[in-house]
Amino acid sequence: MTPVLDVRAITKRFGGINAVDGVSFEVHKGEILGLIGPNGSGKSTLFNCILGQLQPTSGEVRVDGTPITGMRPSDLNRLGIGRTFQLLQVFPQLSVRENLILAGQEHQGSMARRLFGPRDAGLTASADRMIDFFRLAHVASHKAGELSYGQQKLLDAAMAFMAGPRLVLLDEPAGGVNPTMLVDLRERLRAINASDAATFVVIEHNMEFVMSLCTRILVLAEGRIIAQGPPEEVRNDPGVIAAYLGK
Amino acid sequence: MKLRWVFAAIAAAALIAAPFALKTYGVYLLSMWAVMSIAAVGLNLTLGYAGQISLAQGAFVGIGAYTAAILTTHGWPLPVAFVLGPLLCFVVGWLLGYPALRVQHHYLAFVTLAFSTLVFLILRNEEWLTRGIYGISGIPRPNVLGFAMKDPRPFYFFCLATTLVVALFAWWIVRSPWGRAFMALRENPVRAASLGVDTRRYTLMAFAIGSALGGIAGVLYAPLVQFIDPSPFALGLSLNLLLMVIAGGSGYFLGPFVGAFVSVLLPEWLRFTEGLYLMSYAVFVMVLVAFCPTGLIGVGERIAAAFARRRAGAATAAQDAVAR
Repeated sequence: MTPVLDVRAITKRFGGINAVDGVSFEVHKGEILGLIGPNGSGKSTLFNCILGQLQPTSGEVRVDGTPITGMRPSDLNRLGIGRTFQLLQVFPQLSVRENLILAGQEHQGSMARRLFGPRDAGLTASADRMIDFFRLAHVASHKAGELSYGQQKLLDAAMAFMAGPRLVLLDEPAGGVNPTMLVDLRERLRAINASDAATFVVIEHNMEFVMSLCTRILVLAEGRIIAQGPPEEVRNDPGVIAAYLGK
Repeated sequence: MKLRWVFAAIAAAALIAAPFALKTYGVYLLSMWAVMSIAAVGLNLTLGYAGQISLAQGAFVGIGAYTAAILTTHGWPLPVAFVLGPLLCFVVGWLLGYPALRVQHHYLAFVTLAFSTLVFLILRNEEWLTRGIYGISGIPRPNVLGFAMKDPRPFYFFCLATTLVVALFAWWIVRSPWGRAFMALRENPVRAASLGVDTRRYTLMAFAIGSALGGIAGVLYAPLVQFIDPSPFALGLSLNLLLMVIAGGSGYFLGPFVGAFVSVLLPEWLRFTEGLYLMSYAVFVMVLVAFCPTGLIGVGERIAAAFARRRAGAATAAQDAVAR
């Protein structure tokens, strides 16, 4: 079976430093792959190379067998690849509902149709479904900038799922989220994964969160993969412990 | 909500009644307000909604004005200029958008400033087309639906009607998915792109549409003043339009109308201070921008919110009193 995401020997060089150094891995349909590693190990750079924010120095990325290396972020998103960023990225002056409608609108029809065609086309309804699903109904009409950090984080994730993507790359979804909301977030992610067979790659520092959510873990250190496997196996790997704690 | 419609009705009544109470110069100033509002609405789309700074809006007013002046003094009717002027500005604005794909903020300001200077130089130096510093005189006012617009009052109503049409068009854009995409572009272009927003095309569109509205303002400006030379379209006008958008409230729909009102009419009202009138205007603008960066509409919103809070506070206090 063709993997949903196929990363082949991606290298990204900044000056003399190999931020990502020949990383290859595959992610299959319905998997939740965790990407962990110490700070500066190249996780976010790898995401940015996959998603068109950065051009990899060498290597190739395929989604469902189609090469996507070097494509622009907006085109990748319209191919069904969603993402969240490490730092919170919502549109503070737009309402929660408007944020979600925006996240869906570019996936329908042409640019001209968005101006001259019907204004709504079911977007408000699907935004409201997303709002209910992420339990944001009580703040749906508030400006996103007025929400608590945790709520904005939920909105940020909800926006990535608005267009029903086949693959979503989440960069530290749990960062700065309180423990109660964290359980909530994990349940939401699991539910979407189960119902839509959506495939996730998750960068996370919160070990408990990542170990309990992911089906497989990839460990990155200094731009290279140093371990991969099921959560229990990776947790006890001496190389991983050394990378995190130093020798 | 109701209050808003009351305000709108009062404003509409005032705009219709005003020319009957004013002398010729007053009617001329109100017409100028209508024309500048159109250009400011365009800049508000580019800058206020889409977040792309431009110091070239005055140049587009110039392009529109010269299109109208050249065409109508050669015997073409004004409606032709109403099509060609904005169309030319749309195309040139689209091209001016390309630098915005590479540079932002003050760098973009400098690119547009250079463009503004370029247009001024073309208007001044290409005498075969624009008659250079001698300008174009005898620009006729149109007949609309058989009515002659020669007199100030009918021409004012023509300007007002055009402004209304432009306002409705701008409202239609702002409330469309494009308006939403423009705001996303302003607030976070990287995130917008990651959600499928084609930031390149929307940036170019924001420039093109905003510039086309500048062109419409120009097409009205030429028959209003009936004589044009390059000097009114120098950098000063672009800066003035920028001031209108900022002082009125950048990114607020009504901001440019209020801003144009302040910029066109306030200096006139301050004339009683004689030698001090430009100075007091300058001080007013500095204080406004320093203390209310959201502009006059922003101040209005703040006051309205304070009232709403006080009313809500009073209501809960009353409930508490009853409960006790």
